[in-house]
Amino acid sequence: MGKWTRRAFIASGTLVGGGLLVGVGVGVAIRPGHRTPELAKIVEATDEVLVNAWVKILPDNSIRVIVPHSEMGQGVHTALPMMLADEMDADWSTVSMEQAPAHQAYATFHLARHFILPGKVPGMVEDTLTGVFLKVSESMSLQITGGSYSVRSTGQLGMRTAGAAARELLINAAAEEWQVPASEIRAANSYLHHEASKRSEPFAAFAKVAASLKGPEQPTLKTPDQFKIMGQSVQRLDIPPKVDGSAVFGTDIDLPGMKYAAVKAAPVFGSTVVSIDSAAAEKMKGVIKIVNLDTGVGVIADSYWQARKALQSVLVTYTTSEANKLSTAGMFEQFEQDMDAAVANGEEQEDFAKGDARGTLAQSDNIVEAEYRVPFLAHATMEPMNCTAWVHDGQVELWAGLQNPLGTRDFIANKFGYETDKVNIHNVYLGGGFGRRARPDYPQQGVQLANALLGVPVKMIWSREEDVQQDHYRQAVMSRFKAALDESGTPISWENQFVDKHEPVEAPYIPYAIDNQFIHYTSSPTHVPFGAWRSVDHTHHAFFTESFIDELAVAAGKDPYHYRRELLAKEPRIRKVLDTAAKMAGWGKAMPARWGQGIALHSSFNTIVAQVVDIDMTSGTPRVDKVFCAADAGFVVTPDGFIAQMESGIVFGLTAVLYGEITLEKGAVVESNFHNYKMVRMDNSPDIEVEIINSGESLGGGGEPGTPPIAPAVTNAIFAVTGKRIRDLPVSKYDGTYEIS
Amino acid sequence: MVELIVNDVLQKIDVEPDTPLLWVVRDELKLMGTKFGCGIAQCGACTLHVDGVPTRSCVTPVSSVAGKTITTIEGIADSTAGSELHSVQQAWIDQQVPQCGYCQSGQIMSAVALLERNPTPSDSEIDAAMSGNICRCGMYGRIKAAIKSASDQVQMYQPEAMAVPIDSGAEENSNG
Repeated sequence: MGKWTRRAFIASGTLVGGGLLVGVGVGVAIRPGHRTPELAKIVEATDEVLVNAWVKILPDNSIRVIVPHSEMGQGVHTALPMMLADEMDADWSTVSMEQAPAHQAYATFHLARHFILPGKVPGMVEDTLTGVFLKVSESMSLQITGGSYSVRSTGQLGMRTAGAAARELLINAAAEEWQVPASEIRAANSYLHHEASKRSEPFAAFAKVAASLKGPEQPTLKTPDQFKIMGQSVQRLDIPPKVDGSAVFGTDIDLPGMKYAAVKAAPVFGSTVVSIDSAAAEKMKGVIKIVNLDTGVGVIADSYWQARKALQSVLVTYTTSEANKLSTAGMFEQFEQDMDAAVANGEEQEDFAKGDARGTLAQSDNIVEAEYRVPFLAHATMEPMNCTAWVHDGQVELWAGLQNPLGTRDFIANKFGYETDKVNIHNVYLGGGFGRRARPDYPQQGVQLANALLGVPVKMIWSREEDVQQDHYRQAVMSRFKAALDESGTPISWENQFVDKHEPVEAPYIPYAIDNQFIHYTSSPTHVPFGAWRSVDHTHHAFFTESFIDELAVAAGKDPYHYRRELLAKEPRIRKVLDTAAKMAGWGKAMPARWGQGIALHSSFNTIVAQVVDIDMTSGTPRVDKVFCAADAGFVVTPDGFIAQMESGIVFGLTAVLYGEITLEKGAVVESNFHNYKMVRMDNSPDIEVEIINSGESLGGGGEPGTPPIAPAVTNAIFAVTGKRIRDLPVSKYDGTYEIS
Repeated sequence: MVELIVNDVLQKIDVEPDTPLLWVVRDELKLMGTKFGCGIAQCGACTLHVDGVPTRSCVTPVSSVAGKTITTIEGIADSTAGSELHSVQQAWIDQQVPQCGYCQSGQIMSAVALLERNPTPSDSEIDAAMSGNICRCGMYGRIKAAIKSASDQVQMYQPEAMAVPIDSGAEENSNG
């Protein structure tokens, strides 16, 4: 595809296959029965006018913004309406939102690929959308929330363009009605004003005329100095129902005649059912049906408790394979062997190369080497996976919290042989996502159960044990480094080999000026299913690269902050973030005995984040007292929401660095619940200070970039106090006092 | 048949006696604000009050609370006269605490119980009372700030009630 413009997109209509997206976000007026009939179906009430696919103006002049992304706590149900409302000059106090239905017209994939990023999709996005979450063949129906992408894609160009287009449409309509030049009409607080004739009328008065006009092809967006709502901290629209228990999550779905199901899948991933002995369970009170799910078994009963109890009495035997022999130790041995073999056989898969890294290493006598490991991690969302499904009259109705409702719809349609319009997805609030709820495995189980009890809605809820042991995991990774330093301690060569690569592609890349680099990876597959986990590959690569650069600073006899700073001489924007965090923390300040500081820097999802940790090692167990976080996301639309995301990302990453570890024994996950898959709680949660840098560069994400730097910041701080370098996470593996031996 | 008073309403429940109170409240009484998180009293998402005491309903057999008074997230607002929200709920909005929100009913129930027995908790008392509640979104700093702000509200608006001892000497003191 050649150079693409919004104009061409509008004119082409069905350019990208879905067709309906043509109008979305570009100000095409839509009325019931008009122009794009499928979208018009969404406009049900006859007195509603959909100015474009993203916003409705209601007869009372209130504004309802249709948000195509899932709310899982990241605040997108507020940030996106803010962006639209600001461009529209709407009265924020009258703005509400509704979540878009799982409808082709809202396929954000189209936006990302052809509208937002004409002709070229960055590798990160490509992989997020097509490589990990769903296969390419299904990608035309994505409605994904992930990759810290909602604000900077859907918001920045979809929502803002839509808001601006809506405003222009309304102004043009008023110009016709009032018979005055459009340039003399001013929009403010959901009203249009014509000063010369002293006329003022609400937006709603012009909505119907506006809908009959042709949408502007290139609506003019505001410059930051014109923003009235963007850049302000507003109260999140989804918070009031989350303090009185009225917010509806997947587990809260309640339908007439509904039955309940508990499930248990094969402990070893990939195993399938050989036989089921359900004689005892079938006799238990309330039990309706035992269902063979092929990869596991489910019990449907009158109540959830009856289903859970009966499930414990069901005996299942599963197929076995080589995977049944795998343990965590064996897996890391496999990684080592595969990495050694790749190098010995010259089979390295090149990730990034410049200069002559190996040649420089061969000629240097000042070499630093290190090897790091991280374990599998589960997502452990507070709300365990669940799905309510109802198969009736040749169609499927499905309720769940989903990061990818449209993809789920197509997955279910393909899997069970339905036309996509026979699968209706009702997406609700997500009790945490972090990447987990982009997988379609639990909706599949939900439909399998409902298929076994046709005509009856069935609500399936996983136990916490099932949630921990049947996740799609942040992969276990091993990473090896070799660097050469010159006489001044400056790195002149950097070689990095790791297992295994997923996405985003740039996760292992470093911002530091090192002339010779060779970054390569080796595949060493296991049977453990991979899943995107808050910041995906950035989680571990930030730990590896920011630990190793710290090791180089130590080898060079230099301060870790100043060492990084010197290597960022040509990266002033990144250096400013590092400097800000160091300044916030009072880097190098006097501290009590056995207290110390650690610093780390990592960019992800187009946002640069630096963190400094104040750590207290007096008890022998690390206590993170304070985290100072500086972040440059270009421009932050909703400052308090962004700060909350940094806080959240830091605590999420802190849980992983301190405690997070999923281990394997005989091919199955050992950990099962919060007693052995520990979380940071209030009593070990640090104070967090966040400073936002609005550099004015292109927008970065907020949901994930807070997570990657915290692990190395913590372990670098532990090193600063104890001299003990943590190369194997989590920190809780290390016994005793971290004394230098 | 088990009788309970739930949010001031007498309820007669016909379930197996070992059924956890959580599932009775949610599936029999349709009070969905109380959440299932772990099933082993490790996360606190299911916290409600039994005779005013914060209780993990996921491990509380309904038979063990027969005749008792249960308060869920749906029932706490009534305890603050003239407001649709409990002061703790309002503090949660003011501090913009929830992210995904799934744990927050349990967090709020733990916080309400804390402030009822200790209206001016110290940091370490807040830690002790709240560390049974996991927030996977990591909003601990905001939860703590909200508890402190609700505590300040109590002190600001009810100074006399705070000053008056609850024993029989109250009348003498207020007269003196």
